[in-house]
Amino acid sequence: MHWQPRGILDRSFTGLTAFSVALVALSLFVVLGPIVVRGLGAFFFRATVEHRRMMLYEFGQGDRAAVEAEVARVEAARAQVWQFVAGFEEQLKSMGAPARRRHAQELREIKDRLAKLLGPPPGRPPPAMLRERYGRTRWDQAQLELERLLYRVEWDYSDPARMGRQVRVPRVESFRGTALEPMFACLEGHLEDMLRPRWTCYWRFLLDESKDAHFFGGIWPEILGTLYLTVGAIIFAVPMGVISAIYLVEYAPRGWLVGLLRTCISTLAGVPSIVFGLFGLAFFINTIHVSESKSVLAGSLTLAVLILPVIIRASEEAIRAVPFTYKEAALSMGASRWRAITTVTLPAALPGILTGVVISMGRAAGETAPIIFTAAVSVGAPLALWQTLSRGTPALPWNIYNLATEHQAVDEIRHVQHGMVLTLVALVLLLNAVALVLRARIARKLAV
Amino acid sequence: MRLFTVQELSRLDGGSSSAVGTARPAHVRAEDFSVYYGGQPAVREVTLDIPRGLVTAVIGPSGCGKSTFLRAVNRMNDLIPGCSVSGRLLLDDEDVYGPGVDVTALRKRVGMVFQKPNPFPKSVFDNVAYGPRIHGVRNRRELVEIVERSLVKAALWEEVKDRLSENALSLSGGQQQRLCIARALAVEPELLLMDEPTSSLDPIATDRIENLIAELRGTYTIIIVTHNMQQAARVSDRTAFMYMGELIEVDDTNILFTRPGQKKTQDYITGRFG
Repeated sequence: MHWQPRGILDRSFTGLTAFSVALVALSLFVVLGPIVVRGLGAFFFRATVEHRRMMLYEFGQGDRAAVEAEVARVEAARAQVWQFVAGFEEQLKSMGAPARRRHAQELREIKDRLAKLLGPPPGRPPPAMLRERYGRTRWDQAQLELERLLYRVEWDYSDPARMGRQVRVPRVESFRGTALEPMFACLEGHLEDMLRPRWTCYWRFLLDESKDAHFFGGIWPEILGTLYLTVGAIIFAVPMGVISAIYLVEYAPRGWLVGLLRTCISTLAGVPSIVFGLFGLAFFINTIHVSESKSVLAGSLTLAVLILPVIIRASEEAIRAVPFTYKEAALSMGASRWRAITTVTLPAALPGILTGVVISMGRAAGETAPIIFTAAVSVGAPLALWQTLSRGTPALPWNIYNLATEHQAVDEIRHVQHGMVLTLVALVLLLNAVALVLRARIARKLAV
Repeated sequence: MRLFTVQELSRLDGGSSSAVGTARPAHVRAEDFSVYYGGQPAVREVTLDIPRGLVTAVIGPSGCGKSTFLRAVNRMNDLIPGCSVSGRLLLDDEDVYGPGVDVTALRKRVGMVFQKPNPFPKSVFDNVAYGPRIHGVRNRRELVEIVERSLVKAALWEEVKDRLSENALSLSGGQQQRLCIARALAVEPELLLMDEPTSSLDPIATDRIENLIAELRGTYTIIIVTHNMQQAARVSDRTAFMYMGELIEVDDTNILFTRPGQKKTQDYITGRFG
């Protein structure tokens, strides 16, 4: 082996390249790994009987007889818990006022948590809020809830030298010697009989509407809204962008005005997306009134303006790359300029144009800021095609943000957020894959 | 150095001594015709008659303006910014650069074949059918007929009749060039301009193109620009020699190559420069 400077340089460069590729792969893994693992939690999880009950009554899914038989069995298992509670309430009446006061608050909390865990106690009219009509539908959350029911969190400040410490205090301590004492052990020991967790593939997560603001159900309206917005943006932006590119390449005179135009297009690509959102609101909705208020139409138009520069640029490059001889041949046979462009130049430029469309599609599907003001609503039903002209829609990027920041029960619906993120990533990948396959097929037709 | 083969010389000698060209009516006539690129003349005051139905070769060293002259006939120079003309260039006594000339109609009458084969990245069929289609032929049967007729004329039919739906770029270079000729013929032009049509082809493919030109002679008026004097001698009835944008001499091919009237022509064809 010769260790000459050139060889060493060459080797170190190869090493550097391999290192950066590995780094990129690692960071991709670090980013995508949790997205996939957590996102799948929305589809595959241990569903409790409450999930099956909810699916039956809210979505009409599942075998009614089997679910009702199962409900009867868990009711039997739960009966004891409710009996302990009722017994303690009886006992409470005979206690003195101080003891009653001491227990009352904690009892109320326990009853609340029991209702969250197992659903409302039997023999009561169903609560008004949908989310209170069912217990925990997911076993992982049921276990969290059980933990909160069995232990009270207190802060220990006894050591002044240190910060306060969290201490888990078993609630059972407060109820030693009362009728409620055995309930805790019963709950801890028999929770599986009361909820009957079973591994479930909830693929209808993609196709169900959400109930009670994403507390139950799926994300179909968000998926549909995202598709509407993306396809709408492409429908508006591609013709505009391609025609602009044709003008810039084939017709525009060389001069400072066209130079300025090109600079403006490049600048447009760098404008923050929130500015596009405000522009969409100010122009499409408030000035030219494409719709009364937020609508898919206004959102699509705004996204179209956002992706226009990328499409123009990509199309321009693609059209410029078509060999001049093609155009020459077409013109020499008596084709008009426009005819030569549409029949020869554009077909040859199509793969390049599609690349721009692919990139833009991913961008349009994932953009949040432009649709906040123009199209996105937090909760909504899936829209029919004609409704897109006048109504806003939920959409994945906006609802991911919305669920993570503004929802009343953020912690209880994390799985929905994760599912949405995974779906959005998968959707963008899918759109890209379709466009790439299309592009490859066209390119193969054009080449030998 | 051997300039001409025995066959070529026998053809040159065997031609009648009377001028072939002057006996026929002019199809294209240039009168003091000049072409300028941004004010610089590339073709200077050329006066020339191209007889109908014959093959006219334009020879000359690189940059002599022969391609520019050729491209002026179907106004392909219009594509070049800053190009202007003076004088007159008549096609059937009509000025090509006259006011109100429909350039697309002109180009339909004047077909062109380029230096490098430039088929479209489409099927063989679509390549040949391109011209008829843009001129309004929609009927499928009619198109099939035109495509077959054009490919037969271009001596390509036998080779591609089973490959009509294949991509034209999968043909060999020589086949591609004949396809381009078929494509030009499909719009039924009167005149065919050939701009060094064999410069990127191998000798066998060149031979086939030259045979093809001989077959097309009579049906079409052909102007062929070539670097290759032997080729001009082989395929043309008349030859024009251009130098530095000027037309030095034009005569029947056998006369120009055997008894040139000008010293410059003599020098060029004997290989003293060029």
